[in-house]
Amino acid sequence: MSNALGETEIEVPIETFPIHKEKDASSLASKLPPHRIVLILIGLALVASAALFMRWDWLPQYGGLILQGLWRTIWILVVTVVLGFLLAVPLGLAQASGPAFLAIPARAFCTVIRGTPLLVQLWLLYYGLGSLFPQYPWIRGSELWPYLRQAWPYAVLALTLSYAGYEGEVMRGAFAGVPKGQLESARAFGMPRFTIFRRIWLPQAIHRALPTLAGEAVLQLKSTPLVATITVVDLYSVASRVRQDTFLTYEPLLLLAAGYLVITGIIVMLFRRVERLIPSKLG
Amino acid sequence: MADASIIPAGITGMFDLLSPVAPGWGANLLRGLVRSLQIAFGAFGMGLIIGTFGSYAKLYGGPIARDLAAVYTTLVRAIPELVMIILLYYAGTDLINRILEGLGYQRVDISGLVAGIVVLGFVQGAYATEVLRGAIKAIPQGEIEAARAYGMSPVLMMRRVTLPAMLPHALPGLANLWLISTKDTALLAVVGFSELTLETRQAAGTTKAYMTFYLAAGALYLFITLFSSVILEWVEKRARRGMPSVKEAR
Repeated sequence: MSNALGETEIEVPIETFPIHKEKDASSLASKLPPHRIVLILIGLALVASAALFMRWDWLPQYGGLILQGLWRTIWILVVTVVLGFLLAVPLGLAQASGPAFLAIPARAFCTVIRGTPLLVQLWLLYYGLGSLFPQYPWIRGSELWPYLRQAWPYAVLALTLSYAGYEGEVMRGAFAGVPKGQLESARAFGMPRFTIFRRIWLPQAIHRALPTLAGEAVLQLKSTPLVATITVVDLYSVASRVRQDTFLTYEPLLLLAAGYLVITGIIVMLFRRVERLIPSKLG
Repeated sequence: MADASIIPAGITGMFDLLSPVAPGWGANLLRGLVRSLQIAFGAFGMGLIIGTFGSYAKLYGGPIARDLAAVYTTLVRAIPELVMIILLYYAGTDLINRILEGLGYQRVDISGLVAGIVVLGFVQGAYATEVLRGAIKAIPQGEIEAARAYGMSPVLMMRRVTLPAMLPHALPGLANLWLISTKDTALLAVVGFSELTLETRQAAGTTKAYMTFYLAAGALYLFITLFSSVILEWVEKRARRGMPSVKEAR
């Protein structure tokens, strides 16, 4: 955008075809042709009729609960994405360049996680592990027992492992995709191995993986409602409670869908910002 | 035999529980597996059909069709599958029945199988649209131009040129979609359709052998995944025959 002025000055004398017509046209007019305005108006009319003709009087009563659920959804999302990513780095590294006794278990872990539904993993951990633990007196007596009796540690564990499994595969590709010359020149500089990893290998791998990471974060958001099936009260579970209490079919679900849309938009925007922070001319 | 303890008494107890004859629950799990596969196949096929139309709308459609396709793919890919399933499963059947009643017909009971296929197929369609759009764009432009120059009708061109030529480009994405579709069937357990996961839950809840049954279900899903990836690899190799390998080119 900043050099648009300079460009047009050079283009004008040789422009026989209007090649840069779209660039010259103001962005608002090119983004809003008449048919799109009509579509937007129809969309707004739908939203307005939903707001006017549907029942929303339950909102104030459940407002606090909705905010609580929203907070828990976001909290679980952020914690599992961060923990899962921290776990995915060693998983990817082990598969990309580790010795066989590390690479094979890492690959097996990723295959198992990616090959089974998250719902089964979640129920296996919550019902399976949860039914095993009470049999051991030393677990019941330990400090962790009050946490192990609640549902959210299992939710966090299952979502973290799932994210790590999918992301480990992505990081494997990203680590393997960093040009060899970069690592060789770092070694030629006499960097210790860990410094090479910290300064050269990891940053470039993350940069390669960033677009995928954004997509995976959205996918992770989309798997958070599953935790409602093991009694964690997130946004989804609040919506189902409203449905049970008020016997309304559509309204809570529509609000829920809108909420997830907004969170998705925020995630995509945040990752776009992070991507812009990194200089994109690489190799 | 009557040791319905919480931990199955060793390996023999595990196999007793999983055996396909009456006291064991193996038959229930296998029945659930068959239902899961039915839904996965149906949803994948429906997703392919929607995806073909969607990708054509996105690439060749008029401005309105293009915008509508964009709205469809964006919305479906941003809303969690579970919410989509609940929304379409309950609200969809409710809506259909209300319309039928409004028109003076009787209410219909929509079977869980059909509803599951339609709901998951609708979700799959959004992803398939993107996969197929990318694959069609990867076809060398000259091939489509040549087909057009021969005067082929759009349908003939699609059948003879576009679909076969895009197949190798689409297969990796479609393979992924198939695997997602098999795993997404588990979500129907939440709305009470008795596929593999719900059968597992019922078996585990009755016998209290949670570990055994969830591990068995996980093994079944893993088997489907591994088996299908072997087949998909073979299909992809076949579709790519005659094309230069990407690995050698690098």
